[in-house]
Amino acid sequence: MKAKPRPLSPFMIGPYYKPQMTSLMSITHRASGVFLSVVGAPLLLWFLIAVSSGPETYDAMLNFMGGWIGSVLVIATLLCLSYHLLNGIRHLVWDTGRALEIKTAYTAGWVVLAGTVVLTAILLGVLL
Amino acid sequence: MNMRNPLATARGLGSAKEGVHHWYAQRASALLLIVLVGWLIFAMIRLSGADHAAASAFIGQPVNAAFLILLIVTLLYHAMLGLQVVIEDYVHQPVLEVVLHFLTRAGALFGMAIGIIHVLKLALGA
Repeated sequence: MKAKPRPLSPFMIGPYYKPQMTSLMSITHRASGVFLSVVGAPLLLWFLIAVSSGPETYDAMLNFMGGWIGSVLVIATLLCLSYHLLNGIRHLVWDTGRALEIKTAYTAGWVVLAGTVVLTAILLGVLL
Repeated sequence: MNMRNPLATARGLGSAKEGVHHWYAQRASALLLIVLVGWLIFAMIRLSGADHAAASAFIGQPVNAAFLILLIVTLLYHAMLGLQVVIEDYVHQPVLEVVLHFLTRAGALFGMAIGIIHVLKLALGA
């Protein structure tokens, strides 16, 4: 006997639900986390390897980071780091059962977005 | 009548008080990372425009080396737990899923080893 296909709840991102700040920021939290894992962490390790390998390797690494591919990777990493750090704090507050009202969740969302822009700008200003 | 201790059938199969381990570890490492990434931001500001001698001297300081090793281990552990959930949620092809889980864990462990060795090399002046 074949089971009748049961109705499934559709995925939040897609044609069935109206895009909302909460769901979009949630998927962006995951995407930024994946980017930090796959690009950000290797960049940090590469920096350490370059420092411990000597001045030539260090200068070559700085050269790459200053080029346009390196700059794009560094800027994207700093953007993801700022967002994931601030939105992660928002998630940790939620985990304590606080700030879960829709209005508060949205306000905190705007604070995170504004903070991401400010923190990324500060880091870029210092590092460039 | 089953004479086996119920605990024996529960251990390793069901939620034998380990159900929240992944959830808890993800959050505990997140809390630690708030502090450690705060230190990383301080380090990035200190090291911006630094030449090789200044950078290796900074990392060679015992406090900075300790922060870096803690950061590398906690960061890669947190990344490993996060990637695991993403793979579980979005990859439904069994072989690919197992391969990706393996690569995630192997990559995190390898990254920890590489990172710790290079920091120790600078800290111990080898």
